[in-house]
Amino acid sequence: MALTSLPGALRLSTSGMRSPLSIRLAMLWLVAVLAIGIFAPLLAPHDYLHQSPLERFLQPWFLGGTPTHLFGTDYLGRDVLSNLLMATRTSLVVAILGSLICALLGTALGFTAAHFGGTVDNLIMGFSDAMASVPFIIFALAVLAFFGSDPLIFIGLVGVASWERYARLTRGLVLDAATNGYAEAVRITGAAPLRIYLRHILPNIIGPLVVQLTINFPEIILLESGLSFLGLGIQPPLTSLGLMVAEGRDYVAIAWWLCALPGIVILLTTLAVSLAGDHLRDRFDARLR
Amino acid sequence: MSRFLANRLLRALITLFLTVTFVFIVLRFSGDPAEQMLSPDATPEAMQAFRERWGLDRSILEQYLFYVRNIASGEFGFSYANGRPVIDVVTERIPKTLILTGAGLVTLILIGVPAGIAAALRRNTAADRITMSLAVGGYSIPSFLLGLALIYVFAVELRWLPSSGSGDWRHAVLPIATYGLAGAAGIARFTRSAMIEVLDQPYIRAAKAAGIAPIEIVFRHALPNASIPIVTMLGFNVAGLLGGAVLVETVFAWPGLGSGFVRAVSQGDLAVVQFMVLIFTAFMVSVNFTVDVLYAVLNPRIRLSDHGAH
Repeated sequence: MALTSLPGALRLSTSGMRSPLSIRLAMLWLVAVLAIGIFAPLLAPHDYLHQSPLERFLQPWFLGGTPTHLFGTDYLGRDVLSNLLMATRTSLVVAILGSLICALLGTALGFTAAHFGGTVDNLIMGFSDAMASVPFIIFALAVLAFFGSDPLIFIGLVGVASWERYARLTRGLVLDAATNGYAEAVRITGAAPLRIYLRHILPNIIGPLVVQLTINFPEIILLESGLSFLGLGIQPPLTSLGLMVAEGRDYVAIAWWLCALPGIVILLTTLAVSLAGDHLRDRFDARLR
Repeated sequence: MSRFLANRLLRALITLFLTVTFVFIVLRFSGDPAEQMLSPDATPEAMQAFRERWGLDRSILEQYLFYVRNIASGEFGFSYANGRPVIDVVTERIPKTLILTGAGLVTLILIGVPAGIAAALRRNTAADRITMSLAVGGYSIPSFLLGLALIYVFAVELRWLPSSGSGDWRHAVLPIATYGLAGAAGIARFTRSAMIEVLDQPYIRAAKAAGIAPIEIVFRHALPNASIPIVTMLGFNVAGLLGGAVLVETVFAWPGLGSGFVRAVSQGDLAVVQFMVLIFTAFMVSVNFTVDVLYAVLNPRIRLSDHGAH
């Protein structure tokens, strides 16, 4: 499935005019989340850590509460909206950094495996098989047990979550591309391998890699929120969407929105990225046909 | 077929070997194992005995061989949290997890595969779109949120089922439903695309042209061919169930391997963590190997490959 023209990426953005409503809504949500990620501290109406013992479990305004706390307050009297904005920011930063590390690491290893072949290839693919055969959350928890939870360890950990998928995909695509005429042509002109890979092959295989990124991104959000939900990811005073769900969990019976609001943000974000990714994949497929 | 299976068996062994080595390296790099594995108030004699038993006073290579030999002979030490043998602490939780994940797997197949087939047969109709929208939604919701939502509806509001624990069958309903609904979403999408691909093949069109009844086409000609990728996908689903057990068992306070693992991790009970990682890996390796065997049995191109058909 070699993609043989770079301007496809441009065509992709201009053809977005005919996108169905669900895709446009998904895009709108993603833009909003991104804006929250950047401007959360400015948007938050209160200090998200400020506790107010006399104002615990205030109802959100849509259930008859006051507009001072639009989404009510939690078990320590903290403003839920402010917490939600800051949590979205943290989760987004972890997911973006994690996805990028994962994509770079996996792609680099895929290129390495394809370039050297033989033992190096077997070694990298052997590791990727081993990684793929154990649920990553088990591996992640084991590492956290041994090294403790620290934001940097945590981001690094999320960043190795599915490198093997990029590695395998890249390896296959590179091996395929290397047999194409254009790579051979550049090689004959005497270009160095690194130049061939980065300047000529990478632009041609970037499409499937971007699609892989959209598949991976929601999974990384789910991994982050899952680990934080277990109390082993992001630690207070930082907050994340998973941590908010975990903290609200004990109060489901009296204040269900404490779980539901961060839960809805997680759900809508993963859903939006999945929809956008599916759409993107259909576009690529259509171009291949 | 035998060459294919030998290849897969070799891979399974490599995975086990890498995991054992990984655990060994991590354990050595994260501090003095004697201090980590024993409680802080252990006597110097106990520490010394531990170091001797695990060969910590020797070279790294000898330590590694020692470690592998101990594992091979079932020596896993004692739980730091309660002093009981790690083997007992872990094995008593295995049946609890097998019940939930087994029932969850059956549920997700029973919901997901028929939904996917139905959607493929009614491609691009409203029924197809609704099924697939639900599947995309189910695929995007984290299992712990789905579990909490089910608790809210069925335990808090309706009061039909208990919210946590593991007394009788009623405690198992909500966790099994969580596994089933979350897993069915992915398998429904996958079954749909596998079926659509098969239904577009010339031999299906030929069967239709020959006037074979639609139901026979679906179940005798299309489904067996679509089942090859579906079975492979189910292998991933088992991995998902096992990983999901960590979250779902915690949500429902179900005393299985998943919640036990989380507890051991939070308590820093490294002896238990180490053994559980090995158990999880061994389990996944055998599941993947089973999937490979099934795959070989279902796929005639591999089944017959030793007879020169490949």
